Amino acid sequence: MTDKLSGRWGYVIGAAVVLLLVFLPLLNIPGLGILPGPTYTAGSMHLMAFTMLMVALALTYHLLFGVAGLLSFGHALYFSVGVYGLAIVMDRTDIPLVPAALLVIVIGIAVANVLGAISLRVSGISFAMVTLAFAQAANVLVRRNPGRVTGGDEGLSLRTAHVPDFLVGVVNTRNLYWVALAVLVVVYLITVWLENSRLGHSVAAVRENETRVRVLGGRPYLVKLITFAVAGTLATFVGIVYLLLQSGASHTATGTEFTLSLLVMVVLGGVGKRWGAILGAVVYTLLDQRLVALAQSPVIANLPPFLHIPLSEPMFLLGTLFILVVIFLPGGLTSALERVTRRRTQTVPHRVLEDVT
Amino acid sequence: MSTFVLLLITGLGLGALYFLIASGLSLIYGLMGVLNFAHGSFLTLAAFAGFEVGRRVGISTWTGLFLSLLVGAVVGAVFAALTELLLIRPLYKRHIEQVLVTVGLSLATVALFEGIWGPDPIFMQASGWMRQTTDILGAPIPNDRFVSIAAALLVLGGLVLFLNKTRYGLIIRAGVENRAMVTALGIDVRKAFTLVFTIGGVAAGIGGVLASHYFGYVSPLLGGSLLIFAFIVTVIGGMGSLAGAAIASVLVAVLQQFANFYLGVGDLIVVLLLAVVLLVRPQGLLGKAAA
Repeated sequence: MTDKLSGRWGYVIGAAVVLLLVFLPLLNIPGLGILPGPTYTAGSMHLMAFTMLMVALALTYHLLFGVAGLLSFGHALYFSVGVYGLAIVMDRTDIPLVPAALLVIVIGIAVANVLGAISLRVSGISFAMVTLAFAQAANVLVRRNPGRVTGGDEGLSLRTAHVPDFLVGVVNTRNLYWVALAVLVVVYLITVWLENSRLGHSVAAVRENETRVRVLGGRPYLVKLITFAVAGTLATFVGIVYLLLQSGASHTATGTEFTLSLLVMVVLGGVGKRWGAILGAVVYTLLDQRLVALAQSPVIANLPPFLHIPLSEPMFLLGTLFILVVIFLPGGLTSALERVTRRRTQTVPHRVLEDVT
Repeated sequence: MSTFVLLLITGLGLGALYFLIASGLSLIYGLMGVLNFAHGSFLTLAAFAGFEVGRRVGISTWTGLFLSLLVGAVVGAVFAALTELLLIRPLYKRHIEQVLVTVGLSLATVALFEGIWGPDPIFMQASGWMRQTTDILGAPIPNDRFVSIAAALLVLGGLVLFLNKTRYGLIIRAGVENRAMVTALGIDVRKAFTLVFTIGGVAAGIGGVLASHYFGYVSPLLGGSLLIFAFIVTVIGGMGSLAGAAIASVLVAVLQQFANFYLGVGDLIVVLLLAVVLLVRPQGLLGKAAA
């Protein structure tokens, strides 16, 4: 899919999709059950904005897991630095939104670099465990509510005294939608740029064979750390806008389950592919949000309990779907799509030959 | 002094729970290289099964306790064995995918438990001996701590005997050391895989029933919250080392209790301990040097 979408056509299609997304809130396109209503309604725009932020976040996780091959169980930590960082700064100080956001991003850069530098001293499962431990520590800290700063289990709602009016309230969901779209575009472009840079190539080489890179004179630790820090900082950036959209911070954003859901998105779409992360995040988020509505429909609610209970739990269906994809579609949804389209457009005898030779 | 003894024995009771989960995790990782995220679900299902039995037979009686422990162990074993046969085996030798499948299973089963038993904790009012306390050096110790410690010691003893005195134990120990060699000698290691999962399920099942007594409630998130600490225990003790898991369980749980009481930061201390251990000694206390 990536090779098809690269080159000039890729830019044209990309620009067209972004343009369509820009005008979506002004159009009256029916939701068709995917969205709660037509595209111009606040509920639909909120869901679309939420989905775009999740896509952006999945792209940052793709940088870690797909590009650098780093299985992190603590990515939620860097996201929650953005969410809670901004919520606390807005709550406790009188700094206006933009400088506050910049301050939080600087904090995010610092946290990602320091914790990344420590975590990357080990690799493999140990790396996964250290990242899990740091994120768990943050989760505990947030829930403990030290000095009543984080709001504990109740969460922390955004104090809007210094947030510009056009970003506050349900009436302005459209503006938040455009901000979320801008974030997604920025994160996407940075991801593409990073993947195609020399750094991206060397970190991919490290993923494939770290010893060889070291023998050839590369510096695996440094390229992994930079990738880790970029992914973490971008996650902080997404977290900042997430706070504005949700107008509150909740401790679920810091939990291990949240990181696991990012992992599920990336794997669902196809590991190592940018489009996989995007598709996976869209499918996951929409199913997660909309299956609840499906469960309340009379068709499901009237089923006998042994069918009705599993079908009304979105995470059960998503978890099952995830297991099936891992077992039966090793390359995720994108490679399944690729296989279907390839079969339809051309029969590829030369591929068979390649396989033989 | 009595506070010290209380904290120490409560810590040992918690350590016993950690060990019951971590022993299975550690053996599974050591033999198969799979980090089993579904282990918490084995525990949770067993806890609910034990709860259902206890509710019918009477939670405060000895019969009720033993019956619920037995049912919990069986449920944990069956669930674990089925997981290995249906989900892990098709992905033989693909470790990342195996981990991902267990992640999916844990997400799906927790949601299913929430659908069946509701998302909120169900508190259990056991009375009688389990809720009473015994004075040791002036410290009133809840009796369920002793049951947990005894059960963990029994499981530890049973596992040591099994691993050291039986043929299958020998295969498992050899497999942890060098799986390729065992396979090359013509021994079907896959049977050992199912066996290790089943053993892990039994231990986690017993742990689940005991955890519901220890905390006084059952909830769909019971396993997940214990699992994180069990992971930490497994890593600190050294992946694949049973003795390491036992030592680390006690170390982590006692440290956690004391830090919680005196500083209020038990969970953070444990996480810091993990970070320090991994950075100073990445293979854990008793683990083999990383291959």
